[in-house]
Amino acid sequence: MSKIPETLRYSDTHEWVEDLGGGRYRVGITDHAQELLGDLVFVEAPEADKAIRAGAVCGVLESVKAAADLYAPLDGTVVERNDGLGDNPQWLNEDPYGQGWIMVVEADASAGDGLMDAAAYAKIAEV
Amino acid sequence: MPYIAHDAAETAAMLAAVGVERLDQLFDEIPPVLQVQDMALPEGLSEMALQRELEGRALANAPLRCFAGGGAYAHHIPAIVWEIAGRGEFYSAYTPYQAEASQGTLQVIYEYQSFITRLTGLEVSNASLYDGASGLAEACLMALRIQGGDKSILVPENLLPGWRRVLDSVLGLQDIRLVSVPYDRATGTLILPADAGDAAALIIPQSNALGLLEPVDALTDWAHAHGLLAIAVVNPLALALLKAPGVWGTQGADMAVGEGQPLGIPLSGGGPYFGFLACRKAQVRQLPGRLVAKTVDGQGREGFCLTLQAREQHIRRGKATSNICTNQGLMVTAATIHMAALGGYGLQQTAVLCHERAVRLRELLAGVPGVSLPYGGAFFHEFVVRLPHAAVAVRDALLGYGLLAGLPLSDWGMGEAGDLLVCATELLEEADLLAYRGALTSVLETL
Amino acid sequence: MSDSIFDHDHHVPAVALPSDIPAALLRKTPLNLPNPAELEVLRHYTRLSQKNFSIDTQFYPLGSCTMKYNPRIAHTMAALPGFARLHPDTPAQGMQGLLQVLWELQEWLAATTGMAAVSLTPAAGAQGELAGVAMIRAYHAAHGDHGRRKMLIPTAAHGTNPASAQMAGFDVVEIPNLADGDLDMAFLDQHLGPDIAGIMLTNPSTLGVFERRITEIAARVHGAGGLLYYDGANLNAILGRVRPGQMGFDAMHLNLHKTFATPHGGGGPGAGAVAVQERLRPFLPLPVVAREAAGALRWLDEGDLPRSIGRLSAHGGNIGVLLRAHAYLRRLGRAGVGRVSAYAALNANYLLRELQRVGYQAAFPERRASHEFILSVSDLQKATGIRALDVAKRLLDFGIHAPTVYFPQLVPECLLIEPTETESKATLDRFVTVMAQIRREALEQPELLREAPHHLPVGRLDEALAARRLDVAGGL
Repeated sequence: MSKIPETLRYSDTHEWVEDLGGGRYRVGITDHAQELLGDLVFVEAPEADKAIRAGAVCGVLESVKAAADLYAPLDGTVVERNDGLGDNPQWLNEDPYGQGWIMVVEADASAGDGLMDAAAYAKIAEV
Repeated sequence: MPYIAHDAAETAAMLAAVGVERLDQLFDEIPPVLQVQDMALPEGLSEMALQRELEGRALANAPLRCFAGGGAYAHHIPAIVWEIAGRGEFYSAYTPYQAEASQGTLQVIYEYQSFITRLTGLEVSNASLYDGASGLAEACLMALRIQGGDKSILVPENLLPGWRRVLDSVLGLQDIRLVSVPYDRATGTLILPADAGDAAALIIPQSNALGLLEPVDALTDWAHAHGLLAIAVVNPLALALLKAPGVWGTQGADMAVGEGQPLGIPLSGGGPYFGFLACRKAQVRQLPGRLVAKTVDGQGREGFCLTLQAREQHIRRGKATSNICTNQGLMVTAATIHMAALGGYGLQQTAVLCHERAVRLRELLAGVPGVSLPYGGAFFHEFVVRLPHAAVAVRDALLGYGLLAGLPLSDWGMGEAGDLLVCATELLEEADLLAYRGALTSVLETL
Repeated sequence: MSDSIFDHDHHVPAVALPSDIPAALLRKTPLNLPNPAELEVLRHYTRLSQKNFSIDTQFYPLGSCTMKYNPRIAHTMAALPGFARLHPDTPAQGMQGLLQVLWELQEWLAATTGMAAVSLTPAAGAQGELAGVAMIRAYHAAHGDHGRRKMLIPTAAHGTNPASAQMAGFDVVEIPNLADGDLDMAFLDQHLGPDIAGIMLTNPSTLGVFERRITEIAARVHGAGGLLYYDGANLNAILGRVRPGQMGFDAMHLNLHKTFATPHGGGGPGAGAVAVQERLRPFLPLPVVAREAAGALRWLDEGDLPRSIGRLSAHGGNIGVLLRAHAYLRRLGRAGVGRVSAYAALNANYLLRELQRVGYQAAFPERRASHEFILSVSDLQKATGIRALDVAKRLLDFGIHAPTVYFPQLVPECLLIEPTETESKATLDRFVTVMAQIRREALEQPELLREAPHHLPVGRLDEALAARRLDVAGGL
């Protein structure tokens, strides 16, 4: 059973969002997503200053046997990217909610309104 | 029954297990109207009769001493090359998707990639593409992906025309413009373009279609100064002598692509050959085709496997870097054995011999009355002679002397009617060169 | 023990580079390739070959790949000096023997497929697909029909299909299959319209069953103004019996390295000849061989076929592969070609029944197998966690190559098994015995499968490390 922290919010494309306060949100992929993909070997995430739109493709995740698009979970502008993932894509497998964070996004206070809570995401992840 | 093992009793037992009486019933889900009983094929032949028929066809191709190049070259292939490459374990294996059962093929490809990176001076080589020309088309698409947003490629007018046509076909499908870069009609080498427009890359052929060596350092630096990638098109054997693309200019070319046929692949009327494509490690994710990496198993034993497969069609489908699946595996196996059999020393020696024979032949032919040399620049093993008659007619007449004298440039819509592109390799001895001069002298006297 | 070709190196004198080439153009650094002795080369690569599975040494039931025996006479014939030493730019009068062979192959492939015309030039199946969809694009363009941008492709199709369509500038729309393996006609109907360029289908499909409503699909797609492309990967199933031309297809490729027994060579070379109906003939890729009235043969070029989609490689394609396919077809003849599909179907259906008998579950138990079939080991996964990959790896320990796994992705934990017609009943029976044993092992000693293979030069390799470290060239 994959971990779904109660404190985070989730997209139906398996991204998590952490409200850092002050209109900043940290984004990553869920434990369930990394399990589905298997050993991650490459992450392409948007650079700082790049505008992203909720539901649109903003990057790529590659594992040994699969490739998946990274979707933006909310509208906003990227302010920071986890560059350590370039050399350590395994962080996404080992610690998807910690060291494996992907980017920090600046967005309106309402940007995350469409996201799910942990209970709702758990239903999707079970399927 | 050729290549079918079943006897009547076995067939009957198998049909019974399936629950049908006749072989036809295995096709009972196919609408009968679609099933045909006959088609216009000849009767089968015994192996003996087949051999006789095909040996006759092979003999109907004239045995010619080869002075033609133009992208396909007659070289000696050591006997061990195809002796080993033809072993069933290489010949009849599939693509090495099951790594544990394919370590032979995988290690061969890894060694091949190692050889190509050393020849080209670049960091990564894929496991091959169909041929040099289709490899160049893939290199252009790769450059466009790396550059993003650009819409054209700068293509020299002295690139082999057959290659240009492949670019037209493949890149045209994606509405990519090919912008021609002219060459100096006096020197035969490229003129630096006035501007780069919206191009992603400049193609730099070394040698060019006229056999001449280009000022690759200046061309590479020009490309980089204008924000373009530099795609080197090179003959792998020539790279034993010539400066590696990885060190062209101040930064080096970004990609090197070429026809692998000179590395142990028979001419075979045009194929199968193989295309090689090398690039910088930073751009490996845009590389099309297969790639082999060294790794370890659970016990720490060294082994090899396909890697970065998420670039490829069987995983990425419509978003793959290319549609290529089957490549030219056995040709790469032969080329690897060929490079190992010759060694670095043998490759350099062969390349030097090709060059020396070509220099000698050019000198001999220039002495034939009426023959001139339109270009004075340095070359590897191909050069143009200008004949006083149409080169096509001279070429055809020389067939009667058992010579394939070269390629008339007029076939390519290049040069003048009398221009013939001639190639010499290590296979040609002094007597062959003298025979060519003698035959050409006679033909020009009678035409 | 590591044994690299780079371990075999002897000191050699330096080669003097030519003085008449400007120094700026010459190599700056020594050519850093090894210099082994010939016997060292021979042993090194012979030993490497022995680490491979191959048709010549193992049963190789790899679904969708048609790993049948590659007759050696075809290899011997292709290597005849009259073919092997022929320069591609030899004028036609100097290569009539080769042109005769190629022209016959064109004719025979047309007869075999029920098509009007053939071009042999594509170097592999994927290049044939690209040629095929490029012809469809050119056909619509020639009719001023520029709005047709959508290519329909089943979700279960080979990955090359969408990749080729994308390379030809089309937008791909994927169509699902129904539970019985046939195409979802309702979904098809929803997408047929004035923006449809065509549909790419394999029949029998990648699910190992024949698409029964193919003529109806053809009628509907044609009715909407689209064309049908046939992916010839599974032609072995119907060779000499059903012709794509009669099913309603307009263009197709043949995988000569599957159906026509040319070797796979560890990943090629293949040959992906394309065949088309009359209306697509003007668009065929070049070159094509033509016979003049007087009987002489020559290559057709741009002047002859001005509307061609053009050239896909510098010369005529993988001629040596075409020579092998010609020899194979000539050896089999009309009767032999019909036996190919008959015995391919017999072996597949027999193997399916026997594997069901020892407990394996068929993905489409109500359907007749084509030349291949799909098993799903989802039941094993639920019971013990054993996956299709584990079954595949364990097979290697018994000297049997693994079937295709995880394709088509539609069927969970699937094994796609294609025995081909050239395998004997005894080989199939041994496979069943081994599979029965593996099933028992899966239930009783699952760790044996999870850690397989045990008896090969290496065990399961760390593919994540391979991709992350990316050591793709070396030897030092």
